[in-house]
Amino acid sequence: MAIMKADKLGVSVAKGPSMMTGAIPKNDWWDVPAEFKPGKYCYPAKQEIHEYHQKSLPKELGGQPRVWDPESDNWLLPEGWEAIILNGLKERLDKFRSLKIFMDCCVRCGACADKCHFFLGTGDPKNMPVLRAELLRSVYRNDFTLAGKLLGKMAGGRPMTFGVLKEWFMYFYQCTECRRCSVFCPYGIDTAEITMMGRELLHLVGVNTNWILEPAANSNRTGNHMGLQPHTFKDNIMYLCDDIEEITGIRVEPTFNRKGAEVLFITPSADVFAEPGIYTAMGYLLLFHHIGLDYTFSTYASEGGNFGLFTNNELMKKLNAKMYAEAKRLEVKWILGGECGHMWRVLHQYMDTMNGPADFLQVPTSPITGTRFDNAASTKMVHISEFTADLIKHGKVKLDPKRNDHRTVTWHDSCNTARAMGLLDEPRYVMQNVCNNFHEMPENTIRESTFCCGSGTGLNTDEIMELRMRAGLPRANAVKYVRDRHEVDTLACVCAIDRATLTSLMNYWNPDVNVCGLSELVGNALVMEGEKERETGLRFEPLAGMEG
Amino acid sequence: MRILTPFIAVLALIAVGLVAAQVPGGQALIGIVLPYLAFALFLGGFAYRVMQWAKSPVPFRIPTTCGQANSLPWIKQNKIDCPSTKLGVIARMILEVFLFRSLFRNTKAEVHEGPKLVYGSSKFLWLFAILFHYSFLVIVLRHMRLFMDPIPGFVAALEFGDGFMQIGAPVFYQTNAIFLAAIAFLFLRRVMLSNIRYISLPADYFPLLLIFGIAVTGILMRYVFRADVVAIKQLTHGLTTFAPTIAAGQISPIFFIHVFLVCALLIYFPFSKLMHMAGVFMSPTRNMINNSRMVRHINPWNDPNIKPHSYAAYEDEFREFMKEGGIPVEKE
Repeated sequence: MAIMKADKLGVSVAKGPSMMTGAIPKNDWWDVPAEFKPGKYCYPAKQEIHEYHQKSLPKELGGQPRVWDPESDNWLLPEGWEAIILNGLKERLDKFRSLKIFMDCCVRCGACADKCHFFLGTGDPKNMPVLRAELLRSVYRNDFTLAGKLLGKMAGGRPMTFGVLKEWFMYFYQCTECRRCSVFCPYGIDTAEITMMGRELLHLVGVNTNWILEPAANSNRTGNHMGLQPHTFKDNIMYLCDDIEEITGIRVEPTFNRKGAEVLFITPSADVFAEPGIYTAMGYLLLFHHIGLDYTFSTYASEGGNFGLFTNNELMKKLNAKMYAEAKRLEVKWILGGECGHMWRVLHQYMDTMNGPADFLQVPTSPITGTRFDNAASTKMVHISEFTADLIKHGKVKLDPKRNDHRTVTWHDSCNTARAMGLLDEPRYVMQNVCNNFHEMPENTIRESTFCCGSGTGLNTDEIMELRMRAGLPRANAVKYVRDRHEVDTLACVCAIDRATLTSLMNYWNPDVNVCGLSELVGNALVMEGEKERETGLRFEPLAGMEG
Repeated sequence: MRILTPFIAVLALIAVGLVAAQVPGGQALIGIVLPYLAFALFLGGFAYRVMQWAKSPVPFRIPTTCGQANSLPWIKQNKIDCPSTKLGVIARMILEVFLFRSLFRNTKAEVHEGPKLVYGSSKFLWLFAILFHYSFLVIVLRHMRLFMDPIPGFVAALEFGDGFMQIGAPVFYQTNAIFLAAIAFLFLRRVMLSNIRYISLPADYFPLLLIFGIAVTGILMRYVFRADVVAIKQLTHGLTTFAPTIAAGQISPIFFIHVFLVCALLIYFPFSKLMHMAGVFMSPTRNMINNSRMVRHINPWNDPNIKPHSYAAYEDEFREFMKEGGIPVEKE
């Protein structure tokens, strides 16, 4: 969908009437209906995709598979859908203490209000995390609290109506579960939890989006979001090996589904499929060859990402379960994970609980340095940045950071690795060893305060491009800050969704800034044994001093 | 309406207290029966709510990590904002509960032409929240002199410290002024900041106005109406020793209004957002150790029946492609 030019949208953000610019809505928020217009919502799941999932998760992915239009006033909801939602809410209140506490404790102090990138970019009051949660909380109060039962509207209660359902579908898909608000909340209320619950409830009545459920279906069947079948997955990586050979003169020989390898390597499939992720994958391939790692890819578990996280707990568990199943089948010792944000949220905070214990694996130990990764002693999965930082620290890789001198780099902390894991300084250490020109963005926009790319949690779809560009503005703006001051031209990160979404975002707001994965910079800097003199980087761009 | 209704509700409570103090038996009702009832409801309701929360499990380990995690030994961990031990969590919780650590991070975002977003430091909410809660605490503790005999040393010390400026007689306590100023700030902030006004509900104004009413009646009682402290102490101390008596006609009606409002607050407390007092201790994003890859966290309702799409089914579907592509298979 064509959207307005950046300069025009910029004026709209800074000057248009919105809560960010001081305009006060005339009506109370509960009297402002959600209006579905093109560009304001993600397309519903295709009927066959909905059917496919229902075969394996009948209860949780409820509703009738159907063709329906969010712009119409009839969403073809199942009979008694209100009761389905309320029962689903009750079930979740009993299953998640977080939900109960977050429903009860908010004092509406407003500290979260201007911490959300969606609010900063749209000025829409319902994108203040507090109001996003109130959309659900009002229903909770009405049906589950004494005050709400007695006083109804006076106690802030609202019955579950179609109007409320529409608000949920709109605003739980204008949240990327980035958790920035939860850093600032005095009670740690995490809107990600609220949004997850909201989306689960919507799924119970068949209200869903295709951009999440189709990749999830692909992932289930073919092993990855992209729907790459085993031979294609392998072919794609072999093409990257050809490019590596052309650039470095070195032939790397990855293996697939090989039993008995020491390490199973799993990365988001976008890394083997599309720019600029493929350059990150080339970085992995070079690194593993350089250190002689005994590893294998799997075509069955060929996806690090997990769109189940954006759907419901059951689907998340189902998709994630492939990793341990495959590690067991291939009899590897431990698992190494590539660069991805939400993948690492699942691996760090959910995997062991859902699909562990991984007692058939060993505590990860780097075969090169002998370092035991005790921080992954139970889950047995190590992040590529932890692994690489350890290699560099022990002097096990030969690096020439000058090979990245054609770039001036800044670092984007991905939401999930920053706020659901605490992976902040490992990638920075790697970064400082592989490139010479590095500048941090302003402090309120990095580390635990980092801003989301604006398109995470399955919102990376073209039909909502303007929303995405608005939501990504806080990130883009901080990049612009360092671009203007330090001529930064590269935005590096450890997230596959970022590599895709930040590329769109930079093209829109800062067209002269490229996006790359950390491992691409590593791959550029690696001095391989027997390599030819490098004239270009991994994307065939001329190195500094090699231009023309 | 959002402000007016709770305002009328508080006025109504004051009126009820005032009338009840004048009718026969009313003083005993407000001074003796109601405090016992309110206190019981407060304790019972508070415990009930906490137990209701505790009944739901914490299925996943979901701390919000606000600093560098425990990683390689040479990478400096932020042991408080990203704790990997119980001790770290305790430190994090102490900072959260006693110093409002998260609120201290607050910033204020502005959008300027460009567009340009800037984030300024914004500590006023934190400051007045701290002032409000701590002066409230000091005032509650000072009131212990009315319920205990002899008066505990810490209460006397608190009174001395609180009144060290020695202004007027009876001595003026600075917490009274700070308390009123903090309530006024929190109230005006809600009314004057457009986005905060927009999110505010009657349930946000009501407790503020009620507490304001309590503070004002208390201050009036002490400095203006000069209620008979001896008679009051006889009653309040009687409450703690379960032998309460009311000296007929000696206690000013303002006292009964004050007590009535306090009782209303106690009864209201467990059913309201004021339960954030207990909730902050139980928030999973703050009170959990960030060690989920080190120690397996157990989810009591984890469903073992959810299995992945099996490798066998995958190979069955793609076996020929795999063989052609030189990918090893289980069944030839």
